[in-house]
Amino acid sequence: MKPAPFEYVAPRSVEETVRLLGEHGADAKILAGGQSLVPLMNMRLARPSVIVDINRLPALDYITPGPGVLRVGALCRQRTAETSPVVAAQCPLLRDALRLMGHEQIRNRGTIGGSIAHADPSAELTAVLAALGGDVSVQGPGGTRVIAASDLFVTYLTTSLEAHELLTEVRFPALPPGAGWSWMEIARRHGDFALVGVGVVLAPRGGVISEARIALTGVGPAPVRAAEAERLLAGRAPSEGLWDEAGTVVRASLEPEGDIHASPEYRKHVAGVLTSRALREALTRVGETH
Amino acid sequence: MAVREITLRVNGRVYRGRAEPRKTLADFIREDCGLTGTHLGCEHGVCGACTILMDGEAVRSCLLFALQAEGAELTTVEALADGEHLHPIQQAFWEMHALQCGFCTPGFLMTTVAFLRENPHPTDRDIREALAGNLCRCTGYQNIVKAVAVAADALAARAQTVGAAPASRIETSALAASLDAENTAHVPQGWTAPEVKKVRRKVSNSDSRVRGDRSAGGAKAKRRRARGR
Repeated sequence: MKPAPFEYVAPRSVEETVRLLGEHGADAKILAGGQSLVPLMNMRLARPSVIVDINRLPALDYITPGPGVLRVGALCRQRTAETSPVVAAQCPLLRDALRLMGHEQIRNRGTIGGSIAHADPSAELTAVLAALGGDVSVQGPGGTRVIAASDLFVTYLTTSLEAHELLTEVRFPALPPGAGWSWMEIARRHGDFALVGVGVVLAPRGGVISEARIALTGVGPAPVRAAEAERLLAGRAPSEGLWDEAGTVVRASLEPEGDIHASPEYRKHVAGVLTSRALREALTRVGETH
Repeated sequence: MAVREITLRVNGRVYRGRAEPRKTLADFIREDCGLTGTHLGCEHGVCGACTILMDGEAVRSCLLFALQAEGAELTTVEALADGEHLHPIQQAFWEMHALQCGFCTPGFLMTTVAFLRENPHPTDRDIREALAGNLCRCTGYQNIVKAVAVAADALAARAQTVGAAPASRIETSALAASLDAENTAHVPQGWTAPEVKKVRRKVSNSDSRVRGDRSAGGAKAKRRRARGR
């Protein structure tokens, strides 16, 4: 047998789930899509003594378009969101990022909430949520609370969720009307984890950029909002020179760590180049959303 | 740890067994159901050898626990062939020499079944993306890509000839049953000269189609080019 022994429970309601998490605390691990957790268990890098399988909670599997925000249930499969017309209409940045997340076999099981809660430093969804300034709902024994993306991602594989809390919903703000967007990443092979990824939203008004949003993944312990570059872009007229300028600012602002896959210098360089490219592509899409 | 009673539906048949919760679906399928066509390579979701269909969708059976699959309709490589008659996708793999040692083949086949159901007329690029989640350590990828193109043509032709539900709509549980008499006409009984010619023709057809797609380019392809990918 690959994983170490564990006790298995499959609660039938969110309340029961929260109660079980309260009972078992840090010994318990929530199993959603299992595409990150089960490999860790198979390699015995993770040895949770209790698995709380939330796959029997269909109430957490939904995509609901709201005014200005897309509400996605934690258990919604990545592939479902990727192919959803609602996601395409309201949040094409999310769809484009999902297309590069692992492989279809992974996305058929992997969940939106699971990827957010796992908080891998090179995950696409964390950067998408950060770029859009979204938030999540979590439920614990004391009730529900909302955590903004900026407060959610603490460091490598760590969020501000407590051990007894269940992430129930992820809210992705819809793109502003007429905004352009782009998701770009560099990976060694199609479907691999991104070495660097960047999500961009450009909102136009009367020939200038009214607002730019840029978030990167793979360049730090948590997704990075490129605040300085965003300020640089606001109020300026789009131009090739401006994209280069923004790329340079992003490159200078980052302090990524190196690993076996890429050196810090390489990551910084790629982050700058991708940011310029993504801004250029986002501009070509201005006006495509309604 | 408590051993549990587990009941699974695989290829339309019910299997009962007893296993710990930590037993993966892949191990249960192989050891308890005795269906050893599903192979295990990496056992952590990278190689794709263990790919099966769960309610029609391609999934890694090494990343699921057996008891999670209770109530689902599972399809493994054993459901593809109808006795002596290979499924059109298997046939295409055989004809195009898309397997060398064959270890990765069940995973590639099941990935292809799900892929062609969703995308019956794929471009070369589509095929490569769809296969990206499966590893072949013999590295015979070129022929696998060709085989999927040939299989797509064969399934499309069959859907037209039979006039029944297109291959893309075939329910997974009915996969085996769907392999009808018409289809057997497609199966060459050996490598006779006409068959070899037929295969060569198919490859050149599929290649030119692929090139056509590239030069014509859909919106998606254009976007990708613009992105330098």
